[in-house]
Amino acid sequence: MQQIIFFFIRNKNFLLFAFLFIISVGLTIQTHNFHNNKFISSANVVTGAVYTFRNNITDYFTLSKENEQLLQENLRLRKKLAQFRNSFDDEVLDSTVLPSKFKYYTARVINNNYSKSKNHLTIDRGKRDSIKIDLGVISSKGIVGIVSDISANYATVQSILNTNSRINAKLKKSSHFGSLIWNTEDPNVAQLIDIPRIAQLNYGDTIITGGRSTIFPEGILIGTIQDFHLDRDKNYYYVNINLFNDMTSLENVYLIENTEAEEIIELEKRVENVE
Amino acid sequence: MSNSDIIINIVRFVLLIFLQVMILNNINVAGYINPYIYILFILLFPLDGDKGLLIFLSFLLGLSIDIFGDSGGVHAGACAFIAYIRPIVLKYSFGVSYEYKSVKINKADAMERLTYIASLVFMHHLIMFALEIFSFKHIWLILKSTLFSGIFTIVIIICTMIIFNRKS
Repeated sequence: MQQIIFFFIRNKNFLLFAFLFIISVGLTIQTHNFHNNKFISSANVVTGAVYTFRNNITDYFTLSKENEQLLQENLRLRKKLAQFRNSFDDEVLDSTVLPSKFKYYTARVINNNYSKSKNHLTIDRGKRDSIKIDLGVISSKGIVGIVSDISANYATVQSILNTNSRINAKLKKSSHFGSLIWNTEDPNVAQLIDIPRIAQLNYGDTIITGGRSTIFPEGILIGTIQDFHLDRDKNYYYVNINLFNDMTSLENVYLIENTEAEEIIELEKRVENVE
Repeated sequence: MSNSDIIINIVRFVLLIFLQVMILNNINVAGYINPYIYILFILLFPLDGDKGLLIFLSFLLGLSIDIFGDSGGVHAGACAFIAYIRPIVLKYSFGVSYEYKSVKINKADAMERLTYIASLVFMHHLIMFALEIFSFKHIWLILKSTLFSGIFTIVIIICTMIIFNRKS
């Protein structure tokens, strides 16, 4: 007994270190699971406040660029609205109940990572703004990521620049679909895998979201083909994609909620259960 | 440890976390190279301070950085490790007698000081990037990141030490 106690006293520093190191590794592994990174995350009161403070300062540096982007988006939306008005000139339509299953929210990015292999963003909307886990996040130029964790006022977003991220995407031209991943090398280049060999690829072809998930609607812009080659088995293409979005400078983003997501998931679960 | 030491270390702890998460995490030279100079707290922790306390404080320091960076426990693990290994590194960089002579890190021989800083920085970075990337497939990425970020960190740590030394 005495020897055991002596052993503990003699090695107390090592035991303390080992204990803390195991905790760290545990926390690290936990973040590799998409839905479980709730224990340690930057969606909390203190970090949220600090990042908001920093953002209030750094916002001014990107104001002109952001304004330019928002102006362009306004212009585009105005044009669309004008077209819409023209085509529905005679009918009376209440525009507040347009039949759409997608709801949109706006948010500001208060923290953005792109230099690690598993990147997250923090945004200034949370449970109180009826944000939920698994909402899609896009900017005016294209896809950004998926909400992975929320607190009362903030939410973290798993960026597409994250080795855990897999998003359904397809060729705009021919609707062949594959998965969007990231190989950690360049924050402006993502990879599209599992595109069947039969698909016709050209440099500069546009890639959009596939609409096969309940998160993103079909047709959100992703990027253009930079180069491509067949993978080892010669069955599928490995495509490098130039992202439309500059992932290194994000300010204003939109969140997309699919109001029918639960229904779809429930239905699919029921089918699986029957099988 | 005297009272003033305790206050200095508390201030250093908080200041370094803020400096790291507000400014240094956003430098991203060439896309991925960041200096991680918050480990200066561990390097400069009083040599006669309690070792267990240092390990625990380092863990907290790393965990704070992790919470801000959404990186799980990668900084916490790396910090706990270098805090544990620090006495050994001290011994081979400053000689066996560091414990009795009360070596001042700021006044030690330049070469000895560089050995001490470089060993701890590279160990910290290696463990951190290994935990973060967490796959043998990307071993080159781990080594590359360690080397470049490590050099960047060492340069900035030495600059910081020189600047603050002159003042006192």
